[in-house]
Amino acid sequence: MTDIFAKYAGLAASFDTVGRISPRNPFGVVIERPLSATVGLIEGRETLLFGTNNYLGLSQSTAAADAAIATVRKEGVGTTGSRIANGTYALHRELERRLAETFQREHCLVFSTGYQANLGAISALAGKDDILFLDADSHASIYDGSRLSAAQVIRFRHNDPDDLSRRLARVKDHPGAKLVVVEGIYSMTGNVAPMREFADVKKEHGAWLLADEAHSFGVLGAHGRGAAELFDCEADVDFVVGTFSKSLGTVGGYCVSNHPGIELIRLCSRPYMFTASLPPEIIAATLASLTEMEARPELRTTLMENAHHLNHGLHALGLRASPHVSPVVAVTLGAVDQAIRFWNRLLECGVYVNLSLPPATPDDNPLLRCSVMAAHTPAEIDRALDAFGKVAQELGL
Amino acid sequence: MTETVASITTLIIDKLLANPKVPRDINSDSKIVEDLAFDSLAVMNFVMEIEDALDVSVPLDRLADIRTIHDLATCLAHLKSGVSA
Repeated sequence: MTDIFAKYAGLAASFDTVGRISPRNPFGVVIERPLSATVGLIEGRETLLFGTNNYLGLSQSTAAADAAIATVRKEGVGTTGSRIANGTYALHRELERRLAETFQREHCLVFSTGYQANLGAISALAGKDDILFLDADSHASIYDGSRLSAAQVIRFRHNDPDDLSRRLARVKDHPGAKLVVVEGIYSMTGNVAPMREFADVKKEHGAWLLADEAHSFGVLGAHGRGAAELFDCEADVDFVVGTFSKSLGTVGGYCVSNHPGIELIRLCSRPYMFTASLPPEIIAATLASLTEMEARPELRTTLMENAHHLNHGLHALGLRASPHVSPVVAVTLGAVDQAIRFWNRLLECGVYVNLSLPPATPDDNPLLRCSVMAAHTPAEIDRALDAFGKVAQELGL
Repeated sequence: MTETVASITTLIIDKLLANPKVPRDINSDSKIVEDLAFDSLAVMNFVMEIEDALDVSVPLDRLADIRTIHDLATCLAHLKSGVSA
């Protein structure tokens, strides 16, 4: 019998190497329970959380919890069905209306996860005669969506509108539709897309533009609509995809657009159709979080102040931190063993961040991916920076 | 200038040898993943460099069938000549 796991020999060897250096599994951390938005219990210790996507701290929103509890009592814990069968309640429609209103767009589709929103939108929009243009550092959900579509896929250099333009020019005579996919904020590095320049390129070449604002919704722009709002080019972004599992603190995804054709996706997008819809209490909590996000714009101001604090603090320690100031700050290290030791010592000092190892990182370098929340206090950020400084010194960096 | 599989193979090998981590004894039959120890991301990033040199784009689905330097050169030559092989 052929060993079905033989193909993972390389992975197993890499994981063994991690295990020899790391006293704990970096990919198996258990948060025993959150004590607040910013503190969780890990290995029995109160630990500062600097590696989440909870940018506005709304995963611990009282209003969202109350809405979920009231709804679960009234409507039960799940829908048990697809959006196109028994899985659309009035609440799903209400959330779609509210999101369309927030984004000032005509149409909104809600998916069961953010991953499925990218998978469902991209695979349905791009067909076998079309060409997808993906930023080289795209999230896995974008690459997977492109594989589920039958389209040709061309990769362009990260955040490089000129490179995109050259690649579009090479296929100028191709009769199919061309769909460009970029992200507002890149989840691993915190890099912000030059959205206006991308919009100019897409117009010049007659292409379509999809922006994944998963990490930028609730973060960038005067109303928190993301990089497209920040750079004043929303009218030129054809489709916006996003998630509820970052700034809104729940789970689920969406696609908004002014193109009426997007409604047809409800009838042909497999990740939209062939899965159970979101449970009603999640929809209710998401609606409450959206209301809170819109009612408290000061959360975004505090978030960006905290982003500056962490980013500048890491630079001041002499670490290789992201050049863009956003709630995500990546600290790039030179070697995998160094990154693993750094990550373990931070956790032992009471600070949790994310460890990212190649090939899941750009440029083949290991990263410590840190993120801030509006809920972090300046004192908590200083404590995290002190831990970074202490560990860097211990490791001779 | 007309590129041939042979001229593109030379270009690929020259570019690869510019990377000190690549073994010195590579040839057109060298396997990109196995012999050069490239992971999937490294392959895609390397192909981008060649794309720029030849002013051509390789769709990602084509990469799945490419094992050796010769395979990559053949694919690029087809794309360059407009043949959708």
